Amino acid sequence: MIFTVTSNGQAASGTFRMVLSSPEYHGSARGGQFAYILLPGYYLRRPFAISDCGEGWLEIIYCTVGNGTRELSGMAPGTRLDVLADLGHGFDIRATKDAAVLFGGGAGIAPLKLLARELAAAGKKVTAIFGFNRAVDIPEAIMDEIRSSGAEVLIATMDGSAGTKGFVTDALREHGCSFDYWYSCGPLPMMKAVCKAVDCGGQVSMEARMGCGTGICYGCSIMTAKGARRVCKDGPVFDREDIIW
Amino acid sequence: MVNERLSVTLAGVKMDNPVVPASGTFGFGLEMDRYDLNVLGGISLKGTTLEPRYGNPLPRIAETPSGLLNCVGLQNPGIDAFLATKVPALRKVYGGAIIANISGFSLEEYVKCCERASACGDIDIIEVNVSCPNVHGGGMAFGTSAKAAAEVTSAVKKVVKGKPVFIKLSPNVTDIVEIAKACEDAGADGLTLINTLLGMRISLATRKPLLSNRTGGLSGRGIFPVAVRMVWQVAHACSIPVMGCGGVASAQDVIEMMMAGATAVQVGSENLRNPLACKEIIESLPEEMDRLGIGSLTDIIGVA
Repeated sequence: MIFTVTSNGQAASGTFRMVLSSPEYHGSARGGQFAYILLPGYYLRRPFAISDCGEGWLEIIYCTVGNGTRELSGMAPGTRLDVLADLGHGFDIRATKDAAVLFGGGAGIAPLKLLARELAAAGKKVTAIFGFNRAVDIPEAIMDEIRSSGAEVLIATMDGSAGTKGFVTDALREHGCSFDYWYSCGPLPMMKAVCKAVDCGGQVSMEARMGCGTGICYGCSIMTAKGARRVCKDGPVFDREDIIW
Repeated sequence: MVNERLSVTLAGVKMDNPVVPASGTFGFGLEMDRYDLNVLGGISLKGTTLEPRYGNPLPRIAETPSGLLNCVGLQNPGIDAFLATKVPALRKVYGGAIIANISGFSLEEYVKCCERASACGDIDIIEVNVSCPNVHGGGMAFGTSAKAAAEVTSAVKKVVKGKPVFIKLSPNVTDIVEIAKACEDAGADGLTLINTLLGMRISLATRKPLLSNRTGGLSGRGIFPVAVRMVWQVAHACSIPVMGCGGVASAQDVIEMMMAGATAVQVGSENLRNPLACKEIIESLPEEMDRLGIGSLTDIIGVA
């Protein structure tokens, strides 16, 4: 499906957000699903978690980590991009009984933004705990949008320049939230630490270098407790107990 | 619905059109849920071995200019599960040519797998992969020597009854024609070429190879001219049919590959960029043929 860039701008140091629109797209993404975008001049598509969507548009939040994302960050409104939208299996909000905590780090906040809205709309209590290196890395406007969707947002920074000093798990300890389920997306060590610190059930969104994005090439298969699973198609969201940490 | 202008007969197997998704780029068929598979002339299923395999650790994929490297490493459920579940499930929904792609680590393993695949009525063609670059102590080792390739060919030909055996050749050789001829002399019914070219990328950040297996197989648009050259060389030196493979991304590429001498044409990596690639290529073939004054695709096989 061809989308047109409608806005693209910096949200924090090294973090950008882009809104893409297409009249053929109906805002059907679930939190945790991704858009697979073909960038001109690159052979393989790049996966981006869909951070929000509506009738005719979707939003991605991304960090500039390589040549492709650097070029993406410079794309002007009006640029047309070939996008495969709503790929993979997203988070399951039904797993939460009453209250959920979302743990995010870096670009991992992206799918949690959409998830927070879904959970809040379903009447669940939502607390999002986001970890950053420094205060300048926090996309404040995005934090405000997540708050206005009905979630409480807590911050942890490594240098202590905002929120709790340390990891998301330190912020959890400091605030002592009560919840019955959790969701996480971000660096593997962060998700692993959350798994260790929290006893109740949860789901994690995994990342992998992908080939097809649609499940046909087996380029992103990880070994799980249930056998080999494709991150792009069976995931990217997996139950915590399925991941072999 | 079948357009006879597109139909081909490949080693006795009639196909509605020459377009076949290449092994490893289309799972076991049913993974593709975006269109009716019956538009496809054939489907070459993911490489299958005697025992189940997880394959290599991640990362298995690295991008290249106009292509990609992979080191998936033959992830598959093993020949028995393949025959018991994957093939029958596909046959339920698909009437075209089902091509089983068999890999091995020893002559005995190739023979055992091919013998079992031969007994499966749902399989139309057996494609013996002697050219996988991503597994150690097997695969490509059989395809880089004329003697070893011929040994595999004659051994599997002894146990396969009633269906053609294609040998899938490696481009990582000095003289592909010599190996192709050795396979033909050993009784191969056809040849598929080319498998991937061995390559490597290095991460500038970690200063180490990007892929877990260090090296990987290069595929994609960038290898198309290499594939055309090798198909042309082999098709002109051998009299058995060739399935052309390597970098095919459009109806024009299919036609070019057939002009080089291919009777059927496999589309691989393009399925990874565009899940509708095969379907779109087949749909655009008639218009492209009209433009080029081609009445029937069989008329252009090997004209170059």
